[in-house]
Amino acid sequence: MAGTTLLDIRGVQTYYGNIRALNGVDVTVKQGEIVALIGANGAGKSTLMMTIFGAPRARAGTITFAGTDITQLPTHEIARMRIAQSPEGRRIFPRMTVMENLQMGASLDNLEHYDEDVEKVFTLFPRLKERIAQRGGTLSGGEQQMLSIGRALMARPKLLLLDEPSLGLAPLIVKQIFDAIRELNRTQGLTVFLVEQNAFGALKLATRGYVMVNGNVTMSGTGKELLANPEVRAAYLEGGHH
Amino acid sequence: MAVTVSPERDVIATPVQRAVREAFYAGAIALGLFVLFIGLKTGQNISNELVLTTRWGLLAAVVIATAVGRFLYVAYGQPFLASQKIADVATGLLPDSVAMRFFRLPYFIAALVIAALLLVLASSLDGLLGPGLAGYARFVRALAIIYALASVLFYFRAFIHAHFSALGIAALALYPIIVVVSLALYGGSIAAGFQGSLKWVDNFGIQILIYVMLAWGLNIVVGLAGLLDLGYVAFYAVGAYAYALLGTQYGLSFWILLPAAGAMAAFWGVLLGFPVLRLRGDYLAIVTLAFGEIIRLVLINWREVTNGSAGISGIPKVTFFGLMTFNVSDPNYIAKVLNIATSSAYYKIFLYYLILGLCLLTAFVTVRLRRMPVGRAWEALREDEIACRSLGINTTTTKLTAFATGAMFGGFAGSFFAARQGFVSPESFVFLESAIILAIVVLGGMGSLVGIAVAALVMIGGTEVLRELDFLKQVFGPDFTPELYRMLLFGMAMVIVMLWKPRGFVGSREPTAFLKERRAVSGSFTKEGHG
Repeated sequence: MAGTTLLDIRGVQTYYGNIRALNGVDVTVKQGEIVALIGANGAGKSTLMMTIFGAPRARAGTITFAGTDITQLPTHEIARMRIAQSPEGRRIFPRMTVMENLQMGASLDNLEHYDEDVEKVFTLFPRLKERIAQRGGTLSGGEQQMLSIGRALMARPKLLLLDEPSLGLAPLIVKQIFDAIRELNRTQGLTVFLVEQNAFGALKLATRGYVMVNGNVTMSGTGKELLANPEVRAAYLEGGHH
Repeated sequence: MAVTVSPERDVIATPVQRAVREAFYAGAIALGLFVLFIGLKTGQNISNELVLTTRWGLLAAVVIATAVGRFLYVAYGQPFLASQKIADVATGLLPDSVAMRFFRLPYFIAALVIAALLLVLASSLDGLLGPGLAGYARFVRALAIIYALASVLFYFRAFIHAHFSALGIAALALYPIIVVVSLALYGGSIAAGFQGSLKWVDNFGIQILIYVMLAWGLNIVVGLAGLLDLGYVAFYAVGAYAYALLGTQYGLSFWILLPAAGAMAAFWGVLLGFPVLRLRGDYLAIVTLAFGEIIRLVLINWREVTNGSAGISGIPKVTFFGLMTFNVSDPNYIAKVLNIATSSAYYKIFLYYLILGLCLLTAFVTVRLRRMPVGRAWEALREDEIACRSLGINTTTTKLTAFATGAMFGGFAGSFFAARQGFVSPESFVFLESAIILAIVVLGGMGSLVGIAVAALVMIGGTEVLRELDFLKQVFGPDFTPELYRMLLFGMAMVIVMLWKPRGFVGSREPTAFLKERRAVSGSFTKEGHG
């Protein structure tokens, strides 16, 4: 199974009004990989993430998922193709309980796996089970991130998109989250596409990585190669890794 | 009016000294505030000249009342509240709560005795005390009865809390029977019982239940889906006019037109929904407000169809499922069929059960929908629209179904309203109605059916009770009409509720998903301002 292309982004351009945020981006994610996209603030990482979901829509280029062109599909239909996302800022439902948040993630066509999937999420993040009846808004930042990832996993995704899972979290929690992602990838073969500012952690975790600057992908390679690359080290790692 | 005092002075001062000082400050502030508002009154004389009347007496009364109020609060209120939080050194227990001290067996017995005594003397009160004092005596009697009932409720509070919905429905189902029976006993005949029940069943029962239903319908749009709708009364109007026009023009029965009115209102809900799909919060509120006004203006100006502001009269009554009617002239009039005395109360009691049934239908549908994917999607939409989309929820259909479902119940309520009144005109569908319905939803606690029902009872029942407070005329003079102050009281009640219970009467939200066991989540777990 490994090696076939799952997500293929070709020459994608995205605009906010007249401002071009992505200048023809090419990114490929293969089955079973963890791919990290690193870059500075405002480079267009989150825009790429949102463009995959069709909001905003790409003005040029194609996005292909598992052989289907999804460039023009409405957002909710893209989500139903089993691409799940933990959006930037987690975006859990604050007044709904942990359990209800997870339930919202479950897609309607495979409810027979519901109980099993809930158990899987609780095995991965035992903290969530302790908080099961608590409201989403009362969880700590790390727990909210776990909930956001758990909610995305409830859809039984073929591809998991993670937008800055380490944002605003303590180093210990970041390590827990990254360990969980590695675990998911190793044991279940889940394909992960990850956007991160925490370049060191992301590249250590990733099979391959891309570096994005001002709406262009400027470098790509395996995680190890990028970690060793002097330019990457100078721009994102020296004095900056936490 | 917190007055900052230096800590050294505060330590020395006893509560009474401090109270005197603060009462003085409060009086001074009240004087400054009200000297122009109350102290002076402008008017016109016969030749249109401006006349300035001074009302120093009233001003003095207000200032003194403020100062005395502040004095009592600082001297006695604050130390009392503080003492409530201090545990007894010997036992380690907190003092009994105010409610525990307020509801005691001796007081309860005293209240019962007073109420019974005054009830027995009811007819001879005027003779014994004279009309003025008799008014007060009746007021005391009402207070004693209320106190006794409140004591009973307080005693059974745990049971009531546990079975609130079931008890509430049972009480509502029995309400007309209790009213008729107690009035029949009081008046000495069954006919008197039915005649007297008109006011209680119609003005209180039906009136409140209509608002309960409207508020529960709006709750789907505002409370669950989080779409602020200020024009809800438009759907009420659509339902009412649908029944009024089709009923008078084509003579169709209520039982056909009820679903038709609901469907029509739902159609208009979708029509309103389309242009506002991308709007949220205040922008949505403005557009829905405009929509409500457009519907009302169309009803006023489209004279050929709606008869303009003169309205439509002679709207047919509801029949008893086609078997019996409530028109005295009809051969199958209910009293003729059942061979009982003629009375207009049967129709009102029938309408009461009809609206109760419609309310229960609304509640049932709401409760069921909340556990279904569409209801959960509504709630998720209220929380976070972007997250919803990324989870594969079609936000377009979710919003439209919320508008359509809410509007449908508004349409049901509207057709019922038209049948009950027998007359509709655009005047019944002004913005104030929308505001009242929204206020009930917010006061009740958005999303909570029980809270909203209680809020409707307090708000609508409260304004009806104001009409009954005749003793106030004895206090403020015969020209005093308490109804005129209902909006003032309404506003005051809203401010007070929002200060003490910012999430409404029932602020907690009942979760719909559970792993094994059910656990309620208190509203106090979350900070204010979410959703």
